[in-house]
Amino acid sequence: MDNYVIEMKNIKKSYYGTTVLHDISLKLKSGEIVGLVGENGAGKSTLMNILFGDEVISSTGGYEGEILIDGKLATIKSSFDALNLGIGMVHQEFSLIPGFTTTENILFNREPTRGSLVSNVFGERLNTLDRKRMNDIATEAIDKVGVKIDKDMLVSSMPVGHKQFTEIAREISKDNLKVLILDEPTAVLTEKEATTMLSSIKSLASRGIAIIFISHRLNEILDICNRVVVIRDGFVVKDSDIKEITVEEITKQMIGREVGDRKKSSRNVSNKNVIMSIKNLYVDMAGENVKNLSLDIYDGEILGIGGLAGQGKLGIPNGIMGLYDAEGEVIYKNEKIDITSPMNTLSKDIAFVSEDRRGVGLLLDESLEWNISFLTMQVKNKFLKKLLKFISFRNKDEIKSVTDHYIDALNIKCTSSKQKARELSGGNQQKVCLAKAFAMQPKFLFVSEPTRGIDVGAKALVLDALKVYNEQHNTTIVMISSEIEELRQICDRIAIVSDGKIAGICDATESVEKFGALMIGAKV
Amino acid sequence: MQDRLKNIIRDFGVPRLIILCFLLLLFILAPFVGADLPTQFTNLFNRFSWNAVLVLAMVPMIHSGCGLNFGLPFGIIAGLLGGTISIELGFTGAMSFVMAIAFATPFAIIFGFLYGVLLNHIKGGEMMVATYVGFSAVSFMCMMWLLLPYHSPTMVWGYEGKGLRTTISLEGFYDKVLSRFLEIRIGNLVFPTGAILFFVLLSFLMWCFLKTKTGTAMTAVGSNPIFAKASGVNVDKIRTLSVIMSTWLAAIGILIYEQGFGFIQLYMAPFNMALPAVSAILIGGATVNKASIANVVIGTLLFQGIVTMTPTVMNSMIHMDMSEVIRIIVSNGMILYALTRKNDDRRGA
Repeated sequence: MDNYVIEMKNIKKSYYGTTVLHDISLKLKSGEIVGLVGENGAGKSTLMNILFGDEVISSTGGYEGEILIDGKLATIKSSFDALNLGIGMVHQEFSLIPGFTTTENILFNREPTRGSLVSNVFGERLNTLDRKRMNDIATEAIDKVGVKIDKDMLVSSMPVGHKQFTEIAREISKDNLKVLILDEPTAVLTEKEATTMLSSIKSLASRGIAIIFISHRLNEILDICNRVVVIRDGFVVKDSDIKEITVEEITKQMIGREVGDRKKSSRNVSNKNVIMSIKNLYVDMAGENVKNLSLDIYDGEILGIGGLAGQGKLGIPNGIMGLYDAEGEVIYKNEKIDITSPMNTLSKDIAFVSEDRRGVGLLLDESLEWNISFLTMQVKNKFLKKLLKFISFRNKDEIKSVTDHYIDALNIKCTSSKQKARELSGGNQQKVCLAKAFAMQPKFLFVSEPTRGIDVGAKALVLDALKVYNEQHNTTIVMISSEIEELRQICDRIAIVSDGKIAGICDATESVEKFGALMIGAKV
Repeated sequence: MQDRLKNIIRDFGVPRLIILCFLLLLFILAPFVGADLPTQFTNLFNRFSWNAVLVLAMVPMIHSGCGLNFGLPFGIIAGLLGGTISIELGFTGAMSFVMAIAFATPFAIIFGFLYGVLLNHIKGGEMMVATYVGFSAVSFMCMMWLLLPYHSPTMVWGYEGKGLRTTISLEGFYDKVLSRFLEIRIGNLVFPTGAILFFVLLSFLMWCFLKTKTGTAMTAVGSNPIFAKASGVNVDKIRTLSVIMSTWLAAIGILIYEQGFGFIQLYMAPFNMALPAVSAILIGGATVNKASIANVVIGTLLFQGIVTMTPTVMNSMIHMDMSEVIRIIVSNGMILYALTRKNDDRRGA
């Protein structure tokens, strides 16, 4: 009875033993616009990669479940399959050739050709391009999008908005296009361009193309979609008609079902002694710029910093630790810290667990002993034994005992303290990073994305270790994470970063909707 | 079983295995072609004692992640300056050697510092740039050897009275000062105890250094510079220090080479010193960013073994001088192999 253009049934996908998509079903009728929302890492991109036959999927063992196109079972093994089935995708990063014109990009590798003398002899590959027909097709496609783009302009000299429109024009110039996936098409556009984009999406839908629209801007979703599908942790948690849902409901679903589930924190951080005060911080970290951010951190608390990817939350610790160029005033215990070199910050007993475990956090080719003791050795001159007046060697026994202590305390799974860090699993590597910071016995600890890419069990252990450490040593912890739920579990207060600034600070017991709203910057 | 054998071979390294087998074959063949084994061993020990310190000079820079020191000529030039100044100022005998080291040291430190600063600006391309900078330095010194105001009659060209000769005899100066010290003679077998002891001393100091806080930091910088930076280490400073150490060791290395060889070689001679040292440490099992003292010893023995054994054995077998050809194939082949292996390591696990 229902004519679905595309039907995805019980899609399952796991990478290296970690299940990313558990059981996803998604159906689209022709002419329907479905908004697909979810937090970073919820599984949106994986789902779209499956649909578009991305190489990542087939090279990691394919997917489970069925995809039906026009009611017929389809196998999508590569992007070519997807294109032949009439699935088009506009990626977040542009896949255009800068040195080619709009027309050439739109019709790349699908150019109408004319036979010539040479091609009669050597075959079709040597046909000449039919420039006139190319221009006609391109003009028609651009008109369909509903914008004015010069068809002869080089992509390299275009503003970003036009590049985005060119991508869409390329997709709709394909005759067999049935389903169009738009991955954050408005992210790079100005407000005016975004409005044009939205109206052209609507007009595409009215021509019978089914559209999957991915966006973080919920207002846009409410504006143009017929239906909204919310994905969280690899499950579809909500599939609702747009008329029956509100922004609040969507954010609530995105972030977590267990709203208000959080136990009221038993201890009350009543003392409001500011231990660190950040004023007008700017950090130049590509993709995570911090712009004029100010924040006060209280002694002994666990402060969470959340926000969407790319908004600048990661820039804060990296800037203060001196790993990226930063400017601004950081006052710690009434003393100004010079944040130009890591040693200045470290010597104040401030430690940092980086989000980039393998790149910054570990010596992959060295033993666990080295990984755990090195920081403390360099910063505090510990784990050394004096031989002569000036010379002191590494103290093997002390290093081994501290390593064994943390292997035991954090339950690090390894063959011995001599094992190389590279050989450990992600979760255990993360524990080594924590051990490294703990060994320094910091008074203040930045922890950046401590649970990224590790499994549920290790996640709980890592969060627990942080909480225990905070309680036992009265160490102030600032934890940066993309997962609001995780912040709510262990933090006292949560600050949300948006566009390089603090959008708001709330008590962790605040409702999930409020955090969601702050993250998205929507005015609820 | 087959897997285990494969693993053993892989850990040991196929090229090293081939070279070891080849060397063993040469030793087995030697008596049959009429070569005297004790003499052969004497040659090997001698050449080992001349070259080992130059190979040791590779270690600090490999540890700090600056790669193989293709810029070895820098240090060698510092050593040559030290040696020639010592003779120029009239020092003789063992004293001339001590003074050569004393004069070479400040040059090595200055050259090493400048070279280190340069390498900090070209992170990632150290080895290629170092090769060419080393070559340029050699060419520059070709002019300087002629122009510098040396006057000692033992060193300058006889007919003009100025400009240094290409080869300067060390007789009466520091010829064999170390090799003859505590020398052991058993028939044809001669063991250059002093020179070997000097190498052992330098190796021991290096081993000690690598166990200190700064030495640990150096290894960490080579293993993961960003990790080291995040742990409060001044990466550029450590790298510069490693380059200075490498350069100084190269300066000392060439002086030891000269005392064994008996001559100072100037002009284009330093040009060809870097590659054998680089390939020796690679044969010893070092990689582009990991090296130990054991790698130095094994590598120098294997490499110099090939160099000394091939002429005697091969020449008497095929009546043709193959030694130079084999030396070039081995040294360049080894470097090529190591450079391809570099990517393998990164890809690992």
